[in-house]
Amino acid sequence: MKINLNSKLFNAPIAIALLALPFIIDALFGHGWVRITDFALLYIMLALGLNIVVGYAGLLDLGYIAFFAVGAYTYALLGSPQFGLHWPMVVTLPLGALIACGFGVLLGAPTLKLRGDYLAIVTLGFGEIIRIFLNNLNAPVNITNGPQGISAIDPLQIGSFSFGNSYEWMGMRVDDVHLHYYLFLAFTLLVIFVSRRLEDSRIGRAWVAIREDEVAASAMGVNTRNIKLLAFAMGATFGGISGGLFAGFQGFVSPESFSLMESIMVLCMVVLGGMGNVGGVVLGGVILVALPELFRNAAGPVQQALLGKVVVDPESLRMLMFGLALILVMLWRPAGLWPSTQRRREFDADDGVLQQEQETVYDASK
Amino acid sequence: MNLLEVENLKVSYGGIQALKGISLSIAQGELVTLIGSNGAGKTTTLKALAGLLHPVSGKVHYQEKSLLPVLAHQRVMNGIALVPEGRGIFARLTVEENLLMGAYIRHDKTGIATDLARQFELFPRLAERRAQLAGTLSGGEQQMVAMARALMSCPTLLMLDEPSMGLAPLMVEKIFETIRNISAQGMTILLVEQNAKLALEAAQRGYVLESGTITLSGAAGDLLGSDAVQRAYLGA
Repeated sequence: MKINLNSKLFNAPIAIALLALPFIIDALFGHGWVRITDFALLYIMLALGLNIVVGYAGLLDLGYIAFFAVGAYTYALLGSPQFGLHWPMVVTLPLGALIACGFGVLLGAPTLKLRGDYLAIVTLGFGEIIRIFLNNLNAPVNITNGPQGISAIDPLQIGSFSFGNSYEWMGMRVDDVHLHYYLFLAFTLLVIFVSRRLEDSRIGRAWVAIREDEVAASAMGVNTRNIKLLAFAMGATFGGISGGLFAGFQGFVSPESFSLMESIMVLCMVVLGGMGNVGGVVLGGVILVALPELFRNAAGPVQQALLGKVVVDPESLRMLMFGLALILVMLWRPAGLWPSTQRRREFDADDGVLQQEQETVYDASK
Repeated sequence: MNLLEVENLKVSYGGIQALKGISLSIAQGELVTLIGSNGAGKTTTLKALAGLLHPVSGKVHYQEKSLLPVLAHQRVMNGIALVPEGRGIFARLTVEENLLMGAYIRHDKTGIATDLARQFELFPRLAERRAQLAGTLSGGEQQMVAMARALMSCPTLLMLDEPSMGLAPLMVEKIFETIRNISAQGMTILLVEQNAKLALEAAQRGYVLESGTITLSGAAGDLLGSDAVQRAYLGA
């Protein structure tokens, strides 16, 4: 396998910027924003996983957050006082990814014949089933601790090095949020790398073919069943990794974190950023994590300054503005903010296709 | 020995019998046509042969082996290529990407490149439009893409489902000319058509399918001259 070090994602200035980023953010905006950056990386991983299912293979999955939940709960149950187990991260994280992958196939198998809206409804149901299970698996045998969730989860730790502590190196204080940033960055880069390799592979082309026309793909010799299952499995695996990291980072998980709204949020990142384009999806993740936080922080003070009092609750205003921003982007850039070349071509060509279809009736004699 | 041997093939959609036990055969290098009106079961036959539908009963032998346990995508690897009804092109991929998708099962890069060049020779129109999105082509050009794409898999048996559908007369002529060319180069072809006259003129042998049963078969020339075909399809 050849790794192109000159490709856009791996050049030196960007690498340095990425390494310095948590300290820059810390200096400019404070600790809280480094934590938000960490969450952004987790969401980017999730969005990239969903991008494989939705962007590459064209399978609309509205229950994607379930795989995040599976990864998170695997990590939580095996590394917390809940069962008194304290398995190391190097075991629980891959295990969570593996179990999530298994759930991906489990969800994929019965939905193989479904398309579009029907697939969306079934996956939505699947996401809810997982959440409701987590919510109710506290009786008769207490497994998930129900709505209370699981707390005091072990921090992410490799050997004796814990990402949850602060360290002092060469007179520089490195906090847990900084350490988590580097860990998450490493995983995100890995996910980006895998995504891009897949995109250019035979498997990637098979996904595109299925997205375009499943019967024709099958007639080309694409094993549509396996290739679709592979999309679900790959997406779920990334979700599971992200979930495990989330559990270790937060130290607490509860079913609340895995609601339908979260699935939709991740889907928005993919669609808004640019379906099928890794860069676009990353951008979508950054924007959709940062914007609401900005609103959360700014909405109160701005109203106070302009109107002398807080008229609209910042939390509801946040969702309102978020909805508005989505509508505007979809109106002006329907292919996403940073679409893949292919999708841009499609949107540019759509008018042409229509026109051509009308003309075809007359011009076939040419 | 025949390349394809179908015996008493029955296919149902739910409770409705679409094929009530048809038998047909194709020899290596032959151009055989299956004609019939709407709903006769022509597309069903091709789908069953491509593995996209599962027959209720019957035998299908291809290269002297039973084809029924072979899955759709494996049949392509065995050399059975289908140009689906309504073309089934990848509208949002370019012409070239469509053709390369046709070579999905192949791994020989140089062979693929040679075959790509050969398709562009066979269909010069496509060479001009290789970077254009396939969905923006005219109907006839899309049919060419579908055929060229099927040829990219290096098939032994090429199955065409109504290549003339929805095309203007001149374009139909052009498509049939290409079909005759491909056939002349030794390709075995099973051609499904509603346009009985053109199909029988191009083919060596033909079968007439009516409501799921084969009612007539024989040399294409004889069928073309037979009263039944003249009455039913050629309006004589």
